[in-house]
Amino acid sequence: MPSAIEFEHISKQYRLGVVSSRTLGADLGRWWQMSVLGKEDPYLKVGETNDRAAAATSDFVWALRDIDFKVEQGEVLGIIGKNGAGKSTLLKLLSKVTGPTTGQIRARGRIASLLEVGTGFHPELTGRENVYMNGAILGMTRREITSKLDEIIQFAGVEKYIDTPTKRYSSGMSVRLGFAVASHLDPEIMVVDEVLAVGDAEFQKKAIGKMREISSQEGRTVLFVSHNMTSIRNLCQSGIVLENGMVSFSGTAEQAVSKYLSINQDENTQKLRDRTDRIGNGRIRVTDIVLKNKDGEVVVDTFAGDPLTIEFHLETRGEVDFSKMIVAVKLIDNYGTTVTMWVSDESKCDFSAIRDGVFSLDIPHLNMRPNTYNLGFQISLGTTGMNDWCDAIGGAAKVSVINNSFFEKGVNLKEDRGYIPLIDAKFRV
Amino acid sequence: MKKQQPEGGWTTVIKPRNSLFAVNFKEIWDYRDLWFLFVKRNIITQYKQTILGPVWFVIQPVMTVIMYMVVFGGIAGIPTDGVPEALFYLAGVCMWQYFADCLGKTANTFVDNAGIFGKVYFPRLIIPLANVTSNLVRFGIQLALYVVVYIYFVLAHGDHVTCAPNLYALLFPALVLLLAGLALGFGIITSSMTTKYRDLQVLFSFIVSLWMYATPIVYPLSQVAGRSLYGMSLKTLMCLNPVTPIIETFKYGTLGAGEFVGWGWLGYSLGFAVVVLLVGVLIFNRVQKSFMDTV
Repeated sequence: MPSAIEFEHISKQYRLGVVSSRTLGADLGRWWQMSVLGKEDPYLKVGETNDRAAAATSDFVWALRDIDFKVEQGEVLGIIGKNGAGKSTLLKLLSKVTGPTTGQIRARGRIASLLEVGTGFHPELTGRENVYMNGAILGMTRREITSKLDEIIQFAGVEKYIDTPTKRYSSGMSVRLGFAVASHLDPEIMVVDEVLAVGDAEFQKKAIGKMREISSQEGRTVLFVSHNMTSIRNLCQSGIVLENGMVSFSGTAEQAVSKYLSINQDENTQKLRDRTDRIGNGRIRVTDIVLKNKDGEVVVDTFAGDPLTIEFHLETRGEVDFSKMIVAVKLIDNYGTTVTMWVSDESKCDFSAIRDGVFSLDIPHLNMRPNTYNLGFQISLGTTGMNDWCDAIGGAAKVSVINNSFFEKGVNLKEDRGYIPLIDAKFRV
Repeated sequence: MKKQQPEGGWTTVIKPRNSLFAVNFKEIWDYRDLWFLFVKRNIITQYKQTILGPVWFVIQPVMTVIMYMVVFGGIAGIPTDGVPEALFYLAGVCMWQYFADCLGKTANTFVDNAGIFGKVYFPRLIIPLANVTSNLVRFGIQLALYVVVYIYFVLAHGDHVTCAPNLYALLFPALVLLLAGLALGFGIITSSMTTKYRDLQVLFSFIVSLWMYATPIVYPLSQVAGRSLYGMSLKTLMCLNPVTPIIETFKYGTLGAGEFVGWGWLGYSLGFAVVVLLVGVLIFNRVQKSFMDTV
């Protein structure tokens, strides 16, 4: 299968801070260096990798650096990465909204990009007029739009309002109309940026169904950017992970998702050793908490119902009799309520065999509804009374539970149904 | 796909910078439907939710002409080559208004459309082209007003009014094209520069209003004949303004006012328009690639 798109050493540089009145000077300087003195562009040498959190030391930043990969024809590729990793920049380059600083992209076939739903909608125009407008902006001809008009209107479900100016539409209706137009394009290559995260539940389902239909059509290549790991897993065959403007992983969608979930752990546990918001006499201190999946890989998120291992790293001060250690681990919701708790004095664990200050809590099935939980712990010696506490932190780490289909033959769990344990059960008639 | 495919089957190649002269005119033609829709949108939306609608196209020049009659005709007493004042000013106002409208609209292309341009690609030149085209509608309505006023003067005051069209009036379509070309050229040059240096937007708006006074709109060119500035004929200086020969020819052709500026000056305007357009398209083409990073 020939490749549909090839990225060759693509880089994109942006200027940090305000594009100030100095730009004329910088422009003249650049012109002088390049044209008159015949040197290379002085601004291309500087620049640093794109790490949003670290303070900038130079005025320029590489939003993308040396991106180099191929997409096969008919492949559905998911692009994942944290905010600011360069996903949108990559799509912008591909949709020709802005040009790369170096390198080149080659593609076979018409590219349609969907960075936004309903681009070019004018509030004063009617729904019908806007369908034409939006369609033409996305590269359709009037004849193509006319032939698909009924289908588009029907898909959007706005028949009644089609001759009303779109300023009278609810925001959901505009979005539906916009998505309807976009999904009726037929280019060989489609670039989609998280447009699925809009509309009500019914329409989202329709939209995902449509996306799947589009991507399963023969020969259609789709590039899909999303933060929603479930849609990436559902829609894509392969995936790449962007990190600080560089491709840090490339493989199947499944692998890319788990890779992405594991890179996030840096932020999670990095500074536990230095935390000062802890209670206890300090004879035992937890220096690190690591979440691991069933294969022993470090993760930060886990799917509902999957096994999870929570690993604690300790340091001690003076002689400590580990056989007297009692550990309590809690999951706490955003309102501060403890949702579930495991205490070692109930499960009768003897910690005296501890090695290198590491012990783990194995959870065979983390049956929690999808949400982000705070992980709290409390370690004491002898009793669980406050006087015997050695170390306790309420929000020592975060455990994100991701939606998947928990119940047999079920669909994905809804994300907004609270911080509640899941108990397997079946409805019956 | 029977289309010829360059570079081993690749249909799209995205590079850091296109060569300066790689303007894809075929692409613009492929997007002609979008051009048409933008024109339609501009016209429809301009006076949506107004009571008078397109009547405003007429009210505007009428008020302007009345103003000029009071200020320049009445107070300043500037003659109008023996043509009725209303007709003389209306001719100038219609033409100038078209030029200024096109210029103003085109000059803000990037800033006004940053929202769309940031999300989707289409040949950016479509927007200024659509603006120039949709302004033709407004111009047409104002021109109709001009014809109506003209007929009124001939019928009502035919015995002592000296205006009459001559063969040069047939140049009219060419004159409009020239005017549009000049406006488009200047407009896209300005729009390309304002993406980075927003000062130009401020500078530009008052340059346009001053420019009108350097063009024979409120006075006939015959008034400056014979005068000189620093030893140069003022008339020559005025004709160096590429809009002057166009307006003068229009007035001479339709009203018979003053005298024909000569083919030489018209040729100069044509040359000017071609150069400005060429330079404009090249700069615009260069800027459209990266303007999203600077706008």
